Amino acid sequence: MTTPTIERAVATHSKPQMNIVIVGHVDHGKSTVIGRLLADTGSLPDGKLESVRESCRRNSKPFEYAFLLDALKDEQAQGITIDTARCFFKTAFRDYIIIDAPGHIEFLKNMITGASRAEAALLVIDAHEGIRENSKRHGHMVAMLGVRQVTVLVNKMDLAGYRQADFEALKADYTAYLRQIDVEPVSFIPVSAREGENITTVSAEMPWYTGPTVLEQLDLFSSGGQLQEKPFRLPVQDIYKFTQSGDDRRIVAGTIETGSLSVGEEVLFLPSGKRSVIASVESFNTPARSTASAGEATGFTLSTQIYIRPGELMVRPTDPQPQVGTRIRANIFWVGRTPMSPEKEYKLKLGTAHATVKLAGIVSTLDASDLRYSRTKQQLDNRDVGECILETTRPIAFDLAAENEATGRFVIVDNYEIAGGGIVLENLSGGETLLERHIRERESHWETGNVLTSDRERVNRHRAKFIVITGRPWTGKRALGRELESMLFRNRCSTYYLGMAAIEHGLEADLTKHGNHAEEKLRRIGELARIMTDAGQIFITAVDDADDYDIETLKRLNEPNEILVVNIGKNDFFRTNPDLQLDSVDDFPEAVDLIAHLLISKEIIHDYQI
Amino acid sequence: MDHLDQLEAQSVYILREAYREFKSLCMLWSIGKDSTVLLWLARKAFFGHVPIPLVHIDTHFKIPEMIAYRDRIALEWNLNMIYGENREAVENRQTFPDGNTDRITCCRYLKSEALKRTLSGEWPRYRMNHELKRYQHDERNEPYTGVIVGVRADEEGSRSKERYFSPRDSGNSWDVGDQPPEFWNQFKTDFAPGTHVRIHPLLDWTELNIWEYIEREGIPIVSLYLNQGDGSRYRSLGCAPCTNPIESPSQTIAEIIEELRNGSLSGIAERSGRAQDKEDGGLETLRRDGYM
Repeated sequence: MTTPTIERAVATHSKPQMNIVIVGHVDHGKSTVIGRLLADTGSLPDGKLESVRESCRRNSKPFEYAFLLDALKDEQAQGITIDTARCFFKTAFRDYIIIDAPGHIEFLKNMITGASRAEAALLVIDAHEGIRENSKRHGHMVAMLGVRQVTVLVNKMDLAGYRQADFEALKADYTAYLRQIDVEPVSFIPVSAREGENITTVSAEMPWYTGPTVLEQLDLFSSGGQLQEKPFRLPVQDIYKFTQSGDDRRIVAGTIETGSLSVGEEVLFLPSGKRSVIASVESFNTPARSTASAGEATGFTLSTQIYIRPGELMVRPTDPQPQVGTRIRANIFWVGRTPMSPEKEYKLKLGTAHATVKLAGIVSTLDASDLRYSRTKQQLDNRDVGECILETTRPIAFDLAAENEATGRFVIVDNYEIAGGGIVLENLSGGETLLERHIRERESHWETGNVLTSDRERVNRHRAKFIVITGRPWTGKRALGRELESMLFRNRCSTYYLGMAAIEHGLEADLTKHGNHAEEKLRRIGELARIMTDAGQIFITAVDDADDYDIETLKRLNEPNEILVVNIGKNDFFRTNPDLQLDSVDDFPEAVDLIAHLLISKEIIHDYQI
Repeated sequence: MDHLDQLEAQSVYILREAYREFKSLCMLWSIGKDSTVLLWLARKAFFGHVPIPLVHIDTHFKIPEMIAYRDRIALEWNLNMIYGENREAVENRQTFPDGNTDRITCCRYLKSEALKRTLSGEWPRYRMNHELKRYQHDERNEPYTGVIVGVRADEEGSRSKERYFSPRDSGNSWDVGDQPPEFWNQFKTDFAPGTHVRIHPLLDWTELNIWEYIEREGIPIVSLYLNQGDGSRYRSLGCAPCTNPIESPSQTIAEIIEELRNGSLSGIAERSGRAQDKEDGGLETLRRDGYM
């Protein structure tokens, strides 16, 4: 091992940079460790050390290295509360940003923000005081946030008489705790930050310790990981086409999380299942290139014009495949103002995908105050860590966090705020979904009158049907729905066209204007259809831009009755085969005629006259 | 990927995230080196295009080269260029150069207030007409709910506490003590009605990174940053009456980079030439109030 030499204020062009987070219980000496690192590597501004020593002398208090950090923070803070401070220093090997995460529980959100940007963590424990609440919580959090490299600094060894036995005992205790949460620390270093033992120079007081100093350990942390070698994953961030600026390229844009991809390779988009081939790698002000790899914020054009949406995961079909599903088991860390409860809908953000999500169950929770596991909690309170079952209303593509971190972690948004974060442990899809359970329960409680649907159909002389007209906005769906209703009514059918505006201010009045209620609105249309078809009606409605999932949901909700899908123009379907596909509707009587023929062929109606 | 590549990729990701999530988005362009790098990064993110309006606040005291450079680049790069101003304060001479206010109050009138009212659409906006090559009153006055700003964490104390996506309430004020968490690459892109979000793609860049990137990419910058032979150059740009050049021999970007690397500027704050920072309360007071 080489001892890093310190370069003062000299940056070389492409020197790597690493973010390190420093965590630990309050008063266990984080600030002193940082103060020491900055002072002993000559990273302080000119005269700072002297001025702090002088100020201590004037105020007759003993100088402490922690004051250096306080002085820097005061400069940064200018009289307001500092949260996560960043300190910069360099070794010959690379530049470091030390993120000082506050030990106080109130600053947990800042600690998360800091730690989730770090590649390695220094966890400080007081040799004298031993393992305390935040020694555990921070260890847990750092692991959950994906910081794989943790070094434990057993500090204040001077107060423990530099005894090896004390160090070994604490090391054994804490290793046992970390093992429970699947964390294997890189190293334990006995230090005295106050005395500068084992921080930047080898301690003469602890000859029994032969491992690296803190400074040496920092340079030993590895960077980046094996992202290039992993399966290709690109969460699609957006699709660009700047036609107005005279640019006809249709570019799939996003940042490659893992792997690499070249022109000519086949790609698969999930969850839609669409496929294409890479035509080009796009960039601005760079030489032309044919490959892009992990870490790059890039863009691709495809050789075929397929319709995909932001939020899909672009993968290589021959790589190990990601998961697709609606039910996951996950570890969640909750920092919301209000608890996470099963009654509420939340927004889940994973990669670039957004989905409505519900808490479908809690397996166990780690209590914020006494750090005990509980199997009885019904909700996640602020600062709880819980193993939970989540269910999204539509399928999403993801990886298990153990296999691919970047595509295996997510946040949960509650009322405009990021209120929690988590990692995916298992894909539970395949079991009964919340929608299926809802329908099963609804049907088991359904109260039927004395008049059966079949009785109504006999009197009506036609069968009941739910007709959904879908397609892009402004394609004439609504007008077609109304024309169809008129024609059926003239032919003495029992029919009803439901206009969306009719329910917006009635049935949907409780849904506030803000926020996304698309799932709930869809559910209400499906429930209405169930009732109206039960009443023997040919029930017609129009839905903008329905996709496979929307149609599947409406079909399920309308069960046991039947659905008929008419699509106008382009669609987002991958699995759904519409019962009738119309390229456009220029002539309404003709389109109505086509639908009527279909209804006859399906024996819904017997005959008709336009 | 080297460190500049990583910084670029992260900034591009943030810009694309902002463009995807905010329907009413703008980017502030102060003409300075940082926001010019930001503008360049937008061209990177959107493959040569800048699909986001650029907003400049004209105090009418800017160094004239700055305005000439702004309009030249706006036309060359086909930018959706908008400026706003505090016309009343300028016309009534409620300014520091006119001797009627102190520096901080002048900043508040000509910059903070002008910015606030321009972003909200309460005061007129002027948009570059690319055919006529001049500004015209802009009919569109929708408030911007996402505002991209080129602040850097290393620049000045109060900026080191920013998040990438930072919510501001309807009064434009910033609750430093209670900011939302940022997990990994997931940012606050949901916002309550009446609030807006400031987006900071350059947070992790240092002054040195900015110059290295300008050199690498060949980004055109205002010549005021370079010593034109009189032994001084501007390190930070603002209004002429309150901005002073520093002594520096650097006549090229490579020389500026060398100057920063060899530590000859290490004892001098980057904004040392900006007189308003030195007044009581300084930048922190201004920033809480909506200043960038």
